[in-house]
Amino acid sequence: MDAAQHEDVSKHMGQYYVVFVALLCLTAITVGVSYLHLARPAAITVALVIATVKAGLVAAVFMHLISERKVIYAVLILTAVFFAVLLLLPNLTTFEHHSGLPGT
Amino acid sequence: MPLATLNTAVLITSSITMVLAWASCKMGSLPRFRLWMGATIALAFVFLVVKYFEYSHKFHLGHTPAHDNFYAVYFTMTGLHGLHIVGGIIVNSYLLGPGTKLWAKDREHFTNRVENAGLYWHFVDLVWIFLFPSLYLL
Repeated sequence: MDAAQHEDVSKHMGQYYVVFVALLCLTAITVGVSYLHLARPAAITVALVIATVKAGLVAAVFMHLISERKVIYAVLILTAVFFAVLLLLPNLTTFEHHSGLPGT
Repeated sequence: MPLATLNTAVLITSSITMVLAWASCKMGSLPRFRLWMGATIALAFVFLVVKYFEYSHKFHLGHTPAHDNFYAVYFTMTGLHGLHIVGGIIVNSYLLGPGTKLWAKDREHFTNRVENAGLYWHFVDLVWIFLFPSLYLL
């Protein structure tokens, strides 16, 4: 390890601890909000927005996504698209149901 | 739910110790890598033990996967996530044990292996970040 790299990592250490504390705080907030018993759509929105922020912090800082090259982002976006398709796939059964196709 | 909240904190903590393990490699300290990697593995075991209590409590109440759709989904998702935790423990234990030999030969290569194990571990954490509110809070 050369000295430059050594310095590079130690510069980021503070950032790692900040993200760690932020993740714990956001967890506390999610749990706290769940005690408010918001209406279901609002509760789902709040919980998933907080989860997305947390996931973003983990991916950006712990997984060093923030300093990655463009090609990594391209692969990530492609994965996200396929993931969305996979999630929506079960909806096809609902469409069939409404269209009255056989076997539904 | 309090158990799941505890487990969320445990997993987040294990993510920071994983980062510290990798950073220790980057900064050239094998003893500190051992310390943080050991902590990461220990926290992973804590997660599984808590999960064990959670599962046995649910079984005790008759909430098996066959109980209803929710519990079928609950056990599939948390079970698969748990298996990934076990996978992480195996890889991380290898890096902490026999895998360390590579450090003497090629530090950078070893550090890259730790980084990749870290990417996997953070992703397991990331999945839990979504599973926790979806399955326990909503």
